[in-house]
Amino acid sequence: MGAASTDFYENLKLKAIEKMDALKQKPLVLIGMATCGKAAGAVKISETFKKEIKNKGLDAQVIEVGCMGYCYAEPLAIIAKPGFPPLCYGHLDEDLVKRLVEDFLVNDDPCYEFAMVAIEPNEIFPTFTDFPRGAYEQKIILEHCGFIDPEDIDHYIAKEGYAALAKVLTMPPEEVLAEIKAANLRGRGGAGFPAGSKWETSWRQKESIKFVICNADEGDPGAFMDRSILESNPHQVIEGLIICAYAVGAVKGYFYIRAEYPQAIRTVKIALQQAREKGLLGNSILGSSFAFDIEVFQGSGAFVCGEASALVNSMEGKMGIPEPRPPRLAVSGFRGKPTVLNNVKTFCYVPLIIRNGADWFKSIGTPGSPGTAVFTLVGKVANPGVVEVPMGTTLRQLIYDVGEGIPAEKQFKAVQIGGPSGGCLPESSLDVPIDFDSLKEAGAMMGSGGLVVLDEDDCMVGIARYFLEFTQKESCGKCTFCRLGTKHMLDMLNNITAGKEKDLGVLDKLQELAEDISLGSLCNLGKTAPNPVLTTLRYFRDEYEAHITEGRCPALMCKDLIVYFIAPEKCSKLCNVCVGSCPVEAIYTRDDGLKAINQEKCVKCNNCLKACPPQYNAVIKLSPPEKLKERESE
Amino acid sequence: MSLLEGEREAIIKHVDEILKNYRNDRENLIPILQETQERLGYLPGLAMELISKEINVPAVDVFSLATFYNQFRLNPPGKHQIKVCMGTACYMVGGQIALESFERRLNIKEGETTPDRNFSLERVACVGCCSIAPVVVVDEVIEGKVTPTRVDGLMLSLETEIAREQKEAEATEKRQEKGV
Repeated sequence: MGAASTDFYENLKLKAIEKMDALKQKPLVLIGMATCGKAAGAVKISETFKKEIKNKGLDAQVIEVGCMGYCYAEPLAIIAKPGFPPLCYGHLDEDLVKRLVEDFLVNDDPCYEFAMVAIEPNEIFPTFTDFPRGAYEQKIILEHCGFIDPEDIDHYIAKEGYAALAKVLTMPPEEVLAEIKAANLRGRGGAGFPAGSKWETSWRQKESIKFVICNADEGDPGAFMDRSILESNPHQVIEGLIICAYAVGAVKGYFYIRAEYPQAIRTVKIALQQAREKGLLGNSILGSSFAFDIEVFQGSGAFVCGEASALVNSMEGKMGIPEPRPPRLAVSGFRGKPTVLNNVKTFCYVPLIIRNGADWFKSIGTPGSPGTAVFTLVGKVANPGVVEVPMGTTLRQLIYDVGEGIPAEKQFKAVQIGGPSGGCLPESSLDVPIDFDSLKEAGAMMGSGGLVVLDEDDCMVGIARYFLEFTQKESCGKCTFCRLGTKHMLDMLNNITAGKEKDLGVLDKLQELAEDISLGSLCNLGKTAPNPVLTTLRYFRDEYEAHITEGRCPALMCKDLIVYFIAPEKCSKLCNVCVGSCPVEAIYTRDDGLKAINQEKCVKCNNCLKACPPQYNAVIKLSPPEKLKERESE
Repeated sequence: MSLLEGEREAIIKHVDEILKNYRNDRENLIPILQETQERLGYLPGLAMELISKEINVPAVDVFSLATFYNQFRLNPPGKHQIKVCMGTACYMVGGQIALESFERRLNIKEGETTPDRNFSLERVACVGCCSIAPVVVVDEVIEGKVTPTRVDGLMLSLETEIAREQKEAEATEKRQEKGV
């Protein structure tokens, strides 16, 4: 059967390459249309390109692609015109689109002054690798994201897509398992459990019905890598899922995607249908005797469903409540059958490992955590985006070289890594290498890949409170410590940020309760829920103390501990902007022409501070609120 | 919230149609609830009762699912739906301020619908547009870098739209009366 599947595949690939070659003969415009691109206005940009091309009667094609990972420059487009290097343009607006069509597509002037970067090496214009970010980034699973049409399977096949599947079908399942185990591929969902052992356990079960599930229930606030991959290159995940099914002997696979990701769901459904039409899914995959199909299940938005047993419960029509383990899912999972569940990114690595070998994979990253790490780099960083770096890169390199540092000349304060289950690491931890074990040692966790940079304006107590509020809401209620303990911790933090807590002893109570919750909870949601509080207590205890003893919020963020004040020495009597900006009419003009705030009316919306022209910057925040009397009496 | 005129019949009709497409199996319960919400905009008590009878699952179990998962809502959505993102990046740069501005402007709390059913206000977890935080989604259109001033602007344009529609509806009614 082996040779037949290889021939079958070679035929598919040949046709795909022919189609792509034909496509490359004319100018192509690729527009980043993942959810993030659309949010930045890519729909309008795409319409304008199409309209202008039609008006000029050009034979050029607009292709809507996924996310290239350069969020800060959205909306983005790549123009590939024969005879020129393919160029990427960022921060597009309608006028720039019109100009690009006129000057570049019609008249051969690529408008280099607006180009961001070239996509392929050339003599004329720098490429991604010429920038600091490019020197640290190593895109292996994101390689094609944003450069291929996610809704056309031929784009993926032409880039060696599904070659790994064809190769696997000529191997016995044991060999596939051995390769994944040799690569030491660790699960990218957060915990870093070796995928190979999980697969092997399932393979050993003597059951005729087994399942594989791709976990795309990405619930961390501030993380969107999985969505980005599904919207940009769904076939890579599908291929990984099929290979896994072949290795463990599964009959059916599922994508568990959260319902909040409608575009990802749509893209995956289209991709599955195209794979079926090409004979890559179904009764006889690539002409072999291997039969397997995949369905999409929409998750209903419960953070705890990222936990494997809770996810399976929700697929069975029950509440997503975790179960004690063992038995592990690989022994008894969905419908009581052996089930392999891995994260989107984990499956993405599978075709690459099969194609290039375990040794290639191990040559990237660190010995303990081979491969790359994919992060959404957001928060107070100059160039936010989706980034992929080899494991072992330090947080400092990631923030300062890849993300290009903190904007507006502010001071770095902390980096929050791993979402609600992770922790906040301070400046002194910036040289920690990014891998599963080092981050755990530092008190944070790899998590699924959200990375939020915080600067001097962010209150660490407030951030800890924010994450705890999230996990407290999302606790399923099964374990008492998680259900009531997090509530009690949240009450303490609410009191601290509101200035109602005057006793420093509360910090020891917080610490004790946090440790008890970790011990007394069944699943990782509860076990890790106190992490944001524990790490901020460890690294930023002084901020907690300032809130409690002085009633002062050092970052001027906790609403109950600040007041807004218009500094008379800075206020220009002739300007009225703040008065107009106030939504509750709290700002008035004094008899001497200076502006002042009626504290009783003020809702602390920050509008006047933003509205005050930068040459005055007269609106300031004071903490503790008692400072107001001092300033007023001056 | 009480049912409007004709709503009862509409619920029965839609639920009947949906149930025809699914096997009578508990595993289909979440997909059935999802489709019901997609069609009706929310999960009315009546719909949940009908589903519970048909699937043969106690009504309390259906209700517990509907309240366990964040996706399901038990209140009808407003004509205009406002969702404020509360992901980490948005929270840090003023998501809470945007939410409070809407609460103040609409005189409702998050999760509620105005009595005239014109507006509903929700907080949502990350919508994945962290680079333009704080983000607000108004009727599926994403607005970035939202300040209280922008909230006022958004609300004004929505209110003008509603006023215009009302005026047009009244005018049509008058024309029809005259025609009769």
